Amino acid sequence: MSDVSFVRTEMLPEKAPPPTSAGAIGWARENLFSGWFNTLLTLASLVVVYYVLSAIVPWILSPTFSGTSLGQCREMLAAAGQESGHGGGACWGVIRERWIQLMFGFYPSELYWRPIAAFVLLAVALAPILFSDKVPAKLIWFSAAYPFIFPWLLWGGAVWGPISAAAGFVIAFVVYRIVSQSMSDLIGLVGGILVALIWWLVLSGIAVSALDSILPIGLEPVESRKFGGFMLSITIGIVAIACSLPLGIVMALGRQSDLMIVKYLCVGFIEFIRGVPLITLLFVASTLLNIFMPPGTNFDIILRVLIMVTLFATAYMAEVIRGGLAALPKGQYEGADSLGLDYWQAQRLIIMPQALKISIPGIVSTFIGVFKDTTLVSIIGLLDPLGLSNAIRADANWNGIVWELYGFIALLFFVFCFGMSRYSMYLERKLQTGHR
Amino acid sequence: MTTLSDPPKEQFRLSMLLYDTRYRSGTIQVIALIGFMLLAAWLINNTAQNLAELGKPIDFGFFSEPASYDINQRLLDYDSRDTHLRAALIGLLNTLVVAVLGCATATVIGVVVGVLRLSHNWIVGRLMTVYVEMFRNVPVLLWIVFIMAILIETLPAPSAFRGEDPAASMLLSDSVAFTNRGVYIPEPLFSRSLGDIHLLGEASLRFDVSVNLIAILAVLIGGIWVSNIIKRRADRIQESTGVRPTTWYLRLGVILVPLAILLAALGVHFGYPALKGFNFQGGTHLRNSLIALWLALSLYTAAFIAEIVRAGIMAISKGQTEAASALGLRQNRIMSLVILPQALRVIVPPLISQYLNLTKNSSLAIAVGYMDITGTLGGITMNQTGRELECVLLLMLVYLVISLSISAVMNWYNESVKLKER
Amino acid sequence: MKKSVFLGALTVAGLTAGAAVAGTMDDVKARGKLNCGVTTGLVGFAAPDANGEWKGFDVSVCRAVAAAVLGDQNAVEFVPTTGKTRFTALASGEIDLLARNTTWTFSRDVDLKFEFVGVNYYDGQGFMVPKGLGVSSAKELDGATVCIQTGTTTELNLADFFRSNNISYEPVPIETNAEAQQQYLAGACDVYTTDASGLAATRATFEAPGDHVLLPEIISKEPLGPLVRHGDNEWGDVVRWSLNALIAAEEYGITSANIEELAKGTNNPEINRMLGTEGTLGEMLGLDAEWAKRAIAANGNYAEIFAKNIGEDTPVGLARGLNAQWTNGGLLYAPPFR
Repeated sequence: MSDVSFVRTEMLPEKAPPPTSAGAIGWARENLFSGWFNTLLTLASLVVVYYVLSAIVPWILSPTFSGTSLGQCREMLAAAGQESGHGGGACWGVIRERWIQLMFGFYPSELYWRPIAAFVLLAVALAPILFSDKVPAKLIWFSAAYPFIFPWLLWGGAVWGPISAAAGFVIAFVVYRIVSQSMSDLIGLVGGILVALIWWLVLSGIAVSALDSILPIGLEPVESRKFGGFMLSITIGIVAIACSLPLGIVMALGRQSDLMIVKYLCVGFIEFIRGVPLITLLFVASTLLNIFMPPGTNFDIILRVLIMVTLFATAYMAEVIRGGLAALPKGQYEGADSLGLDYWQAQRLIIMPQALKISIPGIVSTFIGVFKDTTLVSIIGLLDPLGLSNAIRADANWNGIVWELYGFIALLFFVFCFGMSRYSMYLERKLQTGHR
Repeated sequence: MTTLSDPPKEQFRLSMLLYDTRYRSGTIQVIALIGFMLLAAWLINNTAQNLAELGKPIDFGFFSEPASYDINQRLLDYDSRDTHLRAALIGLLNTLVVAVLGCATATVIGVVVGVLRLSHNWIVGRLMTVYVEMFRNVPVLLWIVFIMAILIETLPAPSAFRGEDPAASMLLSDSVAFTNRGVYIPEPLFSRSLGDIHLLGEASLRFDVSVNLIAILAVLIGGIWVSNIIKRRADRIQESTGVRPTTWYLRLGVILVPLAILLAALGVHFGYPALKGFNFQGGTHLRNSLIALWLALSLYTAAFIAEIVRAGIMAISKGQTEAASALGLRQNRIMSLVILPQALRVIVPPLISQYLNLTKNSSLAIAVGYMDITGTLGGITMNQTGRELECVLLLMLVYLVISLSISAVMNWYNESVKLKER
Repeated sequence: MKKSVFLGALTVAGLTAGAAVAGTMDDVKARGKLNCGVTTGLVGFAAPDANGEWKGFDVSVCRAVAAAVLGDQNAVEFVPTTGKTRFTALASGEIDLLARNTTWTFSRDVDLKFEFVGVNYYDGQGFMVPKGLGVSSAKELDGATVCIQTGTTTELNLADFFRSNNISYEPVPIETNAEAQQQYLAGACDVYTTDASGLAATRATFEAPGDHVLLPEIISKEPLGPLVRHGDNEWGDVVRWSLNALIAAEEYGITSANIEELAKGTNNPEINRMLGTEGTLGEMLGLDAEWAKRAIAANGNYAEIFAKNIGEDTPVGLARGLNAQWTNGGLLYAPPFR
């Protein structure tokens, strides 16, 4: 009887996985063909992808970039041996000829640097808020000044206009500081607002014309009728969001407030605006807003649209910020109270910084929504990209063009919105400070 | 003996309105209210002045004048001699039709896409991501006109169905025709119809209710009610004995058999579309404008719903699934008893706000000439009568009522499923 | 103007003071620009080119008025308006003049409180069908699908026409001409109906214009003309007589080529009165003596404007027809300059 027992003392070397479960085949088996249902889905998807691509790619690859009219495009396609007509190939000549118009509308071409500068500076102004760790803190002063630079760059005019508008805020702040130290906060606030209103309504007009006659510095004014194309969409989007942010904060605080009348006024406003489609608000802008104003006042249509879109964005912004306020743990409010801070101090120092930070992704997605909704202005006759596409199709040379313009506009919107939404997702990850 | 006396009554002074927190909130509210009322008065005063100047005092009299335009899609009888009010009503019904259809398909597509995005199948997951991003990042108005253009350009015209050797042919044994004027499908007809009930006589808001439809609905509801009784009985038996009697054929039977008898009694048959003259005649005509709007709104909203569904499913922690399977529940019961009820609580509130968005976006019908309420009341009527103020305000009011009703449903649901926590 | 300042930073956005009721001419002169409402785009009548410059038949009317009042035919702001927004834009004072092939009707004139200053194009609603349809009269269109542009008198005329002939039709309302054209070409409607000029203009841009015919029925009268607000007669007169100057110029043979020559004085007293070498017509209008000369010199007389934008040598290819001078059997008839 042998007493041999076998004990392995070293590990066997790992075997390579069978070829069917490694590498490309393994990956495909795992991810594409694991079971009959998945296989079916995969095959169906492949068929769909093939059909879509085989319809679109030859159409896109069309040698018509130099065409100067639809007829010429058709000749070029016929010469290239492609079927002319709608399915045959794109007529890219229209994009080559009109892309600048689709971007800037009728803005004077020698002044294109101004909208470009405005949008580049916007990135600079946003940097201290979005990348606070990477840029010098002093830049925040530029961000504060930017709301006055932006309209001045786009619309031009004397430099004194925006300066006097900004001066109103400075005056209001100074009055508030002085009064609130000698009397109460509330009186200070009311006093500041009153003085600012007096400045804007009465004094600043005189000051501006006086300064302008002494020292006429300014940019060539551009009327807002000349705005069009993507510049118009972006301008409406930015102005609406920038103005709606402070208004939205006020509305959100009002809605959360214990003061019953204030609360119901805010709820009424928010629910009303959110309950009607934007297009009806734009009808108000195009047909009714002048009727609501004192007789003789006459805004131009872009300003009216800006007002209504701002109101629209305000209601949505208020809800986003309310969400941010609701997401704050109750301890933050109680902590602020226990430190003896009053309502405004608590809001300014504890609540708002955190609530706004939580709300940034929501704010970005509101912005994307408003930006997409700016296409609706084409229905009331403004020449945004979609409106321009109709005007272009009314040109005898391009009468009959369909897909090229829609495709180009859709692509630009996609690039812009997709970029923004990715950025907002990145922000969401970055801002998660580990509360869960 | 000590007596407890009240603290001395403070004399009320005017400054307390500002400095005393007890009164301050009241002061602020009164100021806010006065400010609001001043603003409202200012706006109304301006409006009155301007209207007087334009010579157009507010007057809804135009509603009883003939509209004198035609509407292609009408659920109730209407012709160009009917009033503007009736035109608005036809438009309102069209709005509701597209909103309801849109919400239903958007939900189906959204749920399917949302689930498929979580699929382990790489290519399917990617395709769904492409779909969601494509639709979410391009304006819905662009999608509406785009889909309209696709329908018009790619489908055959009715004339292509004509002749010896037609370029296009009808589908499903000549019962469905896809043309670039819309889709024609068979319509149910009753040879022994019970007729209609005419409500409100000859008024602008008159409408007919089909007795057939009422009868069918009544039978259907009755059947479902009986079927529920059978189910509850089966539940009781299962609870007391542990064995569930097989009832599915019974439950199906009580719904289907009475329905079949009723339909046979009404003499139901289908009217098929046929090419006659310029167009297909007979059958139900789903117009291009409806399909484009419906499809665009559903696809656009479905992209958002897909994200909501995905987030809802991912929000349920894996522990729930594991605990349920530890209890010995089967896979489909885990889904229906554990995951879905919890996920729905996350999904439904944003889902309903998407329904709200869809309904509001249906006002873009104007871009493809679908005659919804924006197209009739806010479109042609406003144009022909020049009564902008009345039309726009009424239009807003209608949408507001629709939205508030949807919101009310949402709040009611939220209350009913809210976690009862401390 | 100072009213605007309350909007603070947004002042620059161009809040313009406007007295909506009276004194449009003073407003225009003070502003240095004429605000003129046009379509958002209709081949031959108004459309922006690649440089954003508006061109077309209606546009030329705006330019003539601007030349007469301000001395510069380019001092015009073109405000694109849709069928929906055009009347509000004019009523609210946003535009001084609407030249957007608008039909002169009783209710627009009386109820909506506008003043049509004349007719710059006599039109009528017609039908276009593909030749292959084999239709020769609009009365054979029973059951047809008809494309119409919304927001116009067209849909009302159409409803009346089909109703009075007791035939049925399926309306397909469409927002813009470009989309209507697309649907018609794809066969989504059998018939396209709009003003006959628009039909001709649209047909001209087709790949094969010969495959489509215009039916003989003209079912409505569509006198298209520029309009201004009620109640400002001074301004209405300026626009009316600027238009009349263009028409009269054709009658008297004044063209952009010979106008400098004729402005030195001729034997025809009427030409002299028009061009300001005789009489004080300009002064009566509140303008200088050379107003009509500038209006005509801007883009030529009526015939030149017509030929350049919509005439037979352009892609639109319209014949003069009703729009010939009364001396040639048309309806154009400028009252005497006297």
